[in-house]
Amino acid sequence: MIPELGNFALVLALLLALAQGTLPLAGAARGTQSWMNLARPAAQGQFVFVAIAFGCLTYSFVTNDFSVLYVASNSNSGLPLQYRVAGVWGGHEGSLLLWVLMLSLWTMAVSVFSRHLPDDIIARVLGVLGLVSVGFLCFMLFTSNPFDRLLPAAMDGRDLNPLLQDPGMVIHPPMLYMGYVGFSVAFAFAIAALLSGRLDATWARWSRPWTTAAWMFLTLGIALGSWWAYYELGWGGWWFWDPVENASFMPWLMGTALIHSLAVTEKRGAFKSWTVLLAIFAFALSLLGTFLVRSGVLTSVHAFATDPKRGIFILAFLVVVIGGSLTLFAWRANRVGLGGQFDVVSRESFLLTNNVLLAVAAGSVLLGTLYPLFLDALNLGKLSVGPPYFETVFVPLMAPALFLMGVGPMARWKQAHVPELATRFKWAFAVAVAGGLLLPLTMGTWTPMASFGLLLAVWIVASSLTTLASRLKQTPGSGIAKWRAQSRSYYGMLLAHMGVAVFVVGVTMVKSFEAEKDVKLAPGESVELGGYTFRFDALNDVKGPNYVAVRGTFAVTQGASAVGMMYPEKRMYHVQKNAMTEAAINTRFTRDLYVSLGEPVEAGDGKAWVVRVQVKPFVDWIWGGCVLMALGGLLAVLDKRYRLATRRQSAPLPASDARLTAAS
Amino acid sequence: MSTATPATLKPRHRRIILIVTGVAGLAIAAALVLSAFQQNLVFFFTPSQVAANEAPQGRAFRVGGMVEKGSVKRQPDGVTVHFVVTDSAKTMPVAYKGVLPDLFREGKGVVAQGRLENGLFVASEVLAKHDENYMPPEAAEAMKKGQAINEKAARSIVNSPSSK
Repeated sequence: MIPELGNFALVLALLLALAQGTLPLAGAARGTQSWMNLARPAAQGQFVFVAIAFGCLTYSFVTNDFSVLYVASNSNSGLPLQYRVAGVWGGHEGSLLLWVLMLSLWTMAVSVFSRHLPDDIIARVLGVLGLVSVGFLCFMLFTSNPFDRLLPAAMDGRDLNPLLQDPGMVIHPPMLYMGYVGFSVAFAFAIAALLSGRLDATWARWSRPWTTAAWMFLTLGIALGSWWAYYELGWGGWWFWDPVENASFMPWLMGTALIHSLAVTEKRGAFKSWTVLLAIFAFALSLLGTFLVRSGVLTSVHAFATDPKRGIFILAFLVVVIGGSLTLFAWRANRVGLGGQFDVVSRESFLLTNNVLLAVAAGSVLLGTLYPLFLDALNLGKLSVGPPYFETVFVPLMAPALFLMGVGPMARWKQAHVPELATRFKWAFAVAVAGGLLLPLTMGTWTPMASFGLLLAVWIVASSLTTLASRLKQTPGSGIAKWRAQSRSYYGMLLAHMGVAVFVVGVTMVKSFEAEKDVKLAPGESVELGGYTFRFDALNDVKGPNYVAVRGTFAVTQGASAVGMMYPEKRMYHVQKNAMTEAAINTRFTRDLYVSLGEPVEAGDGKAWVVRVQVKPFVDWIWGGCVLMALGGLLAVLDKRYRLATRRQSAPLPASDARLTAAS
Repeated sequence: MSTATPATLKPRHRRIILIVTGVAGLAIAAALVLSAFQQNLVFFFTPSQVAANEAPQGRAFRVGGMVEKGSVKRQPDGVTVHFVVTDSAKTMPVAYKGVLPDLFREGKGVVAQGRLENGLFVASEVLAKHDENYMPPEAAEAMKKGQAINEKAARSIVNSPSSK
């Protein structure tokens, strides 16, 4: 009964989405007020019904209703409650439902927090969001319905993949989807601008907080996924350039370009067409990412082709969304215009260069991710593109971007002068060079890559602080008043850029100085690595709620002082019979120790194991940097001027403000 | 022609400079990406293809198939493992030093990445996916091709009993 109710709620949501996706758009084109007014109630009603459907599926999971095919495939009566709830988005159908729930949540938020927007704009934005929702609801109802029944019902479920039975995996997909789906709002604003032909600083100010919010969630989602892979896959890798990861990284790169381009559009009225194009691509890559990960195309192109209904629907949907919006772009872009002029050396040109570098980076990831799939689909042979490709490409692409990140916020809009910039940054640059040359020595060895990475990180910090100091100096007032005069979005930018520096430190240190050893150890034996001694003390059997495990006890010492005890496990889950490596991690501010049990070795008393021990300097800075970036995004979203806009809708910014306020 | 600062350039010249630097930058970036791409493609071969000398020497590639039953031998150091990958037509010895993935089993599908060194495939990476019944697509493909070779060989023996 409950699943049928959920199904019915989805059908009602589809009908409301159809209304939301057609009438307001037509109303905006014809100027019919009553049709435009439909957008808000339709959007809010749609949210209610999607939420009901989501509640119904959750209920089926919690009550172990194995007469629902999706529940039977992704849950089990022995599964702890929190993972039964997370199981809702453990597979393809439920992920789609989560996607639609997020979409209706964002749509609802737009409909609530947009009272100050003109009626025709809000009608168009909500209309486009409604159309996207129609596509997803149709896909779900016609090809991947999570409420399909399994008759006769299964005795018990096939269980959730043990890898997903982890707190990190409970929140990772919702975060990631908040980000993916959030770009649909930026996309809807871009399409609305094309339709109405109005794209000015005011438009950018409406669109910016939504885009930054989406980017913030995506940043957190990717960081969570990376962290999860690090501690849960058991072998200490934090980024594999796996297609699944690339799928989320591409929209992030585009989204990062987009928030910077939007800043220029807001402050200078420039980059208009480029901003619209980036919004379209960011959303297109989000769609592509969703489908790549959840459709099964990555596991096997051919298995995907044997279920052509889904594949054709996905391809058609992508073609309609991307093709349609690019056609609209080609037709209307000249009405939007290019925007203001600027010099070869100016903040605009620096931001444009960064944008192009980010777009090229996204393109290179796309090439490395899709090319093997294409060849395979056409039966032209099998090949893979590994981490070396991505690393070779990313270092030279990101290095100039990181350098410009320091210069950009100081450079003047429209026209900047190289000698003036050189004078202002000479100390920051000297500090960066000195830091880059000397800091690696604290780790004992000096390598060019470590030196280069640290140079860039120190440069970002030093140049950002230089810019902060010069802004404070230019601000009238004294002491704390100077600090308070800076906008929240400026502090947001500062924090996010610091986050990038922290991230760069993490990546550089791990890549340059990590140590790893695979050894055979019997209880009582010990191994030394990077100044730490790991003594294998004991081996015990332990019992979890739905698994049994072997647990090793390791005592770690550094010189004469004890560091701590570590307990890596090898688990065997009852239902899926998968062995799982549960690593033990000892975290300090500047390093992680990482111990994982490999496999037992048939020798002597049979108690020896192959053990992998690792020392990972500064690895947590990688995720720490991402958290700082996301916090920076949050600060920027909370900037006062987005709320001020409520009162003075399209008052132009005073010129002095435009010159002083930074691109955040 | 002496002290032309950007400020004194005509807008048209300025735009040309912008466009030229932009196009040059993009060309450099594209060249960089494509050459890195070219150099880092890892091709996949079946043991039969390797036996027929189709695999590259001195370049990393992937090989896939089934781990032959009874072939996994741990070396005295405890961390080096030797095993044999088969596509049921040909076999190929593999050496790997390190911890094997959780789902590495005899008689199951496997994909290894590495280089050929004197007939021995020295793997830098061994992949086996996290699902008991799941076969890496490359490994499944290799088995299918290997069996096709076997069938063809069997048929040719039946059809021409006189040859050899």
